Amino acid sequence: MWEAIWQYEFLRNAFVAGVLTGFTAPLLGVFIVVRRLSLIADALSHVTLAGIAAGLLLGKAAPSAASWNPLYIGMGFSVVGSLFIEKLRAVYRHYEELAIPIVLSSGLGLSVIFISMANGFTTDLFSYLFGSVSAVSRADVWTAFAVAAAAAIVILTFYKELFLLSFDEEYARVSGVRTTWIHFLFIVLVALVIAASMRIVGVLLISSLMTLPVAASIRIAKSFKQVIGLSILFGELAVIAGLWAAYELDWAPGGTIVIAAVVILLFALGWKRGRQR
Amino acid sequence: MENGLVVQIEDVSFRYENENVLEHVSLTVPKGAFLGLVGPNGSGKSTLLKCVLGLLKPNSGRIFLFGEPIESFREWHRIGFVSQKANSFNRSFPATVEEVAASGLAAKRGLFRPLTNEDRRAVEAALAAVGLSGLAKRNIAELSGGQQQRVFIARALASKPDLLILDEPTVGVDARHVHEFYELLGDLNRRGLTLILVTHDIGTITDRVTDIACLNKRLYFHGKAEEFEHLGNEAISQFYGHPIHVLSHEHERAE
Repeated sequence: MWEAIWQYEFLRNAFVAGVLTGFTAPLLGVFIVVRRLSLIADALSHVTLAGIAAGLLLGKAAPSAASWNPLYIGMGFSVVGSLFIEKLRAVYRHYEELAIPIVLSSGLGLSVIFISMANGFTTDLFSYLFGSVSAVSRADVWTAFAVAAAAAIVILTFYKELFLLSFDEEYARVSGVRTTWIHFLFIVLVALVIAASMRIVGVLLISSLMTLPVAASIRIAKSFKQVIGLSILFGELAVIAGLWAAYELDWAPGGTIVIAAVVILLFALGWKRGRQR
Repeated sequence: MENGLVVQIEDVSFRYENENVLEHVSLTVPKGAFLGLVGPNGSGKSTLLKCVLGLLKPNSGRIFLFGEPIESFREWHRIGFVSQKANSFNRSFPATVEEVAASGLAAKRGLFRPLTNEDRRAVEAALAAVGLSGLAKRNIAELSGGQQQRVFIARALASKPDLLILDEPTVGVDARHVHEFYELLGDLNRRGLTLILVTHDIGTITDRVTDIACLNKRLYFHGKAEEFEHLGNEAISQFYGHPIHVLSHEHERAE
């Protein structure tokens, strides 16, 4: 695979975008999992799909818009979806989890309408659903890079606030942490990461890259910082092993990456059990 | 301007929709005091705390912290808080004792400031003060209820506060650890820390605090603990709204 990466630009793009996704998705995933918001990624990925479908439809209807990257419209939808989730969580204070199915089904409903208006599935849309190595452009790589840099800066800057917010929200407020503002910033970042990761693992699989490496690391890490470090390590392992296996065996890369993450999780569970005996 | 009063509450009233929760409450807490704020469930104790912590805004009245009006008070690191909910935290949260204690420094450090060596020493000192130095690297979920409560006190102490506020801190902690817990609070108070302890259980604290304030929407009593003991069960029953017989826990100390 390595020789081919040097030889073909599309493989290089896929590899770099994959490595960037393997870093950002678990990094944000740690805070999502410990705050018990694991399904938020699913809701936002379906909203992103609606944006992408709208972008593809727009490209079809207006040839002048055909050169726009539908990913950016997907990003816009994802950010708006994240704001809706926040609003709904405030409205249904005692049923906060309701916000997720409401936004997920709205996103899916819109996607189906846009797809039907474009007269059904296109190869492009299929690549966004399950990820596609050959579809990753240089612009997608730069988008993934910008989002990864933004995620790293935000987490480094607000690490102690995010930790406190995740562990004890009331104490965070008493400590003078601007909880609403920090949470808003975080959820927008999640929306951007989901949209940027869409090309490599796809709408239907992105949430697994945010949760599976974290699920594995939580079983064996001894501290919160270790959970972050191991989650990123497992995320990268899953992406690189998944891309390699997909290339060698001619499997779908998105699905292979997710199955690699599942295998890592099984190893972590087995390792923990072995140590407990 | 600081005037020797850590907390000054002047004629504070608060209402949730149509229900009066606090009515014209005035109360002062001088430096070095250990105040027990007692009252039955639903008496407005937690609401008054939330007003003092800036989480709720009173409908009328004023609050001063260290002589500064609460609206312009910014030195929140001078106030440590142990919440009623602290013991109901996510027990599978993957954090060490040290990480939880260090999170108490969030208010003090501000943005772009990682832990300094001085901060680390402050966390070590806070853990030592609550007797948990040897458990710093342990996962908080592996500790007993009493030890976890100590971690939350260490978190509150990490920013070296001048005032420590505890809201029903012994809920869910077994009797043996409750005794040790009050010993620790007494020790911190003797070392100069001002404390406000909120509880519905008068009997547990009468012989452990220096001052007592009885709240049931209005302030019924505020004075020295010895004066409170002379009030008699009848006066206390009137304040609680049902017959009360206060039992001192002094016998626990003798054991």
